[in-house]
Amino acid sequence: MCAQEQIRNEKFVKPRWSAVEWIIEKVLFACALSSILIVLFIVIFIFQEGFPALLLGTRFFFGMTWWPSHDLFGIVPTVVSTFIVGIGALGIAALIGIPTAIYLAEFAPEWMRNIIKPSVEMLVGIPSIVLGFFGLMVLVVAIRDNLGGYGECILAGWLILAVMTLPHVISISEDSIRAVPRTYKEASLGLGATQLQTIRKVILPHAKSGILASLVLGMGNAIGETMAVLMVIGNPNIPGIPTSVLDSVRVLTSTIVIEHAYVDWGSMHQHALFALGAVLFVIVAILNLLTCAVIRKGMRKTT
Amino acid sequence: MSKIETNDLNVYYRNGSVQALKNVQIKIDANKITALIGPSGCGKTTFLRALNRMNELKGATTTGEVLIDGRNIYDQKEDVIQLRKKVGMVFQQPNPFPMSIYDNIAYGPRIHGQKNRNMDSLVEESLKKAALWDEVADRLDENALGFSGGQQQRLCIARALAVNPEIILLDEPCSALDPISTARIEELLQELKQEYTIVIVTHNMQQAARVSDYTAFFYLGELLECGKTSRIFERPDDKRTEDYITGRYG
Amino acid sequence: MRIETEEKLVKAGLSATALISVIVLFIVVGYILINGIGAISPEFLREAPYRFEYGGVFPQIIGSLCLVGVCLLFAVPLGIASAIYLAEYAPDNAITSTVRFFVECLAGVPSIVIGLFGLAFLVYYLGIGVSMLSGGLALGFMILPWTVRASEEAIKTVPQAYREASLALGVTKWKTIRHVVLKSAYPGIITGILLGMGKAIGETAVVLLTAGSGLESFLPRSLFDPVASLPVYVYMLATQGHTPGALSRAFGASLVLIMLFLALSVFALILRNRYVKKMDGGR
Repeated sequence: MCAQEQIRNEKFVKPRWSAVEWIIEKVLFACALSSILIVLFIVIFIFQEGFPALLLGTRFFFGMTWWPSHDLFGIVPTVVSTFIVGIGALGIAALIGIPTAIYLAEFAPEWMRNIIKPSVEMLVGIPSIVLGFFGLMVLVVAIRDNLGGYGECILAGWLILAVMTLPHVISISEDSIRAVPRTYKEASLGLGATQLQTIRKVILPHAKSGILASLVLGMGNAIGETMAVLMVIGNPNIPGIPTSVLDSVRVLTSTIVIEHAYVDWGSMHQHALFALGAVLFVIVAILNLLTCAVIRKGMRKTT
Repeated sequence: MSKIETNDLNVYYRNGSVQALKNVQIKIDANKITALIGPSGCGKTTFLRALNRMNELKGATTTGEVLIDGRNIYDQKEDVIQLRKKVGMVFQQPNPFPMSIYDNIAYGPRIHGQKNRNMDSLVEESLKKAALWDEVADRLDENALGFSGGQQQRLCIARALAVNPEIILLDEPCSALDPISTARIEELLQELKQEYTIVIVTHNMQQAARVSDYTAFFYLGELLECGKTSRIFERPDDKRTEDYITGRYG
Repeated sequence: MRIETEEKLVKAGLSATALISVIVLFIVVGYILINGIGAISPEFLREAPYRFEYGGVFPQIIGSLCLVGVCLLFAVPLGIASAIYLAEYAPDNAITSTVRFFVECLAGVPSIVIGLFGLAFLVYYLGIGVSMLSGGLALGFMILPWTVRASEEAIKTVPQAYREASLALGVTKWKTIRHVVLKSAYPGIITGILLGMGKAIGETAVVLLTAGSGLESFLPRSLFDPVASLPVYVYMLATQGHTPGALSRAFGASLVLIMLFLALSVFALILRNRYVKKMDGGR
């Protein structure tokens, strides 16, 4: 009892821990700043290394020929191919992904969800190199045998990239469909609309911005994706503007990976590769900002 | 001298746009149970949380004084950690940590530097004070979340007792419990007041009348009246207190 | 009647479409499994590669694990610390929203750009060279935002009541976070880290530019030496080794990679389910 009395009568002491607590908070804050630092460093280094090539100006941005051994660094064919491959893949992913999302959110019984959801999650995680290898061994061969050409082509790129983009489209679209308030749905069903009519007239219009966001984000993923697409599109030495889906093409990412191995550090070729990285960074950044804008606009509408 | 005394206590939320307490003056005696009653939103919980500076967590601003043993706890020099050790709190929803009964009780003392060799007796003592020992003596290793609501709430009381407080604040401790568990806690409070000063918020008028020595009636952030429980319930001075007690609003 | 038939048809169409993802997953994994299983033998897992067509992938497996190890040593402490700051301390102001914005930015940077950055900054500017350290750090930059997000989510699911209970006992904020919040949040954090590991272990572009050619036949020597890795090995064999022996090794290595990834995912899934059960009352 004595000891207890002593504790009780102890005067309020000065905050012993406040200095420690203060230091901890500042350390945590410093850690949180690391992401900012890394992003800034990425921007600085990519642009600094790419700068000499970016200075080529129109010869870089509007040049039609990429032929490093002749000091030609025109990126038009590469950028055009990048968008063709990205948009096509996204189209396929949307065609499969949005119905899947509707099914998962509105129709799927529990056991079907338990099969489809984990499969979709797994699909995201399959290393892209493995998926690319599969594409090279199966898709490319199938296209060559059935449709002609080299097989390493835009079509193969579309299919492989669609598989990689699909999970993003499905999960974000499903979330936005689920976010539509239950009461809207019940009101529509209560008026005698069928489930399908309700989905078409009430749910999809409300989930529109979320679905759109998933597509823009998917586009960013598709354009930034490297290994899988690299292995199936052929990467001709001197790329041109493709005229058919069976043409071999080069995209921004594949050019960087393939050519980095034999550039001399400090050469214009090396600067040009970093400039490609800078262009890629800017495109993906714009798409990501667009996603944010779409989501924000959607949120404003529902509140 | 009163154990707790407040002078011109004001509490504001949302950068001062909402005033939750207005010039509250009250004296709370040691070793008594004081019940705080009033319609919901009247400030009784805010007042309770002002006594161990829990309002700060929600970004509230406080002006005026709260004296505990004659010292203003809102003074710049005061240590909130020491304050909260001295003024324990039990919440509306039982909130044991997702750990064993034993670890729940030992959590506070361990962090405050209590050595492990005295821990067994401290855990036992705290559980006995909270009238829970007989029920859990052989289940100390089980996860606290597996016990009934009433047991969890008594565990939370035991957990608060383990850091050896002088004052215990209870914020509607029985609102989530069944009548039997409620009765056990009320019984327990009568025993605890021998050793501790107890302040309890309740929306249950009968509970206030049953357990408390003093009752304070809050209305729209103001303390309308405070006095012996028997007097407040038999001859309230204020018409609004009477209306509330007789059930005209609530 | 007509409407009902239409509903049924559409529903059948939707469910068929939804199964495409499942089918694709099974075809890809099945194909790699069938073609890779023949390549896998004790020797394949124990020996070093020898020219393109011979030997095994032991240095590649160890190399990949070492790279992921370095990556985690960098990203996990930094990620958890950032998450604690964002979830528990961050005031609602411009600095905080800037931090959040940049975390999202970093998550959006394509891996090849991170690889280029690693090459310019770590390999050349800092002079670390093409090495395990460069590769591990670059992978760390890549998964940092994922560890931040996963940890922040996990910390935010810890009920406010736990924090209040602890603070009311006179426990300081940091000790409350350490002993109550992190203790309750750690299964969620670990799940996030495991998923990040899955991402890091399969990443090729970053490692290719910063860590080595993948064909190294030696075990990792030091942080400052090039290191072999499974994904780069697969890339090299698949694109440059055109003999049956090389391809069967590429299949074998792909299978090992998928198995490592599946093991991490399954582990993460089990942890998550146990965590959910615990939060439901642990009865």
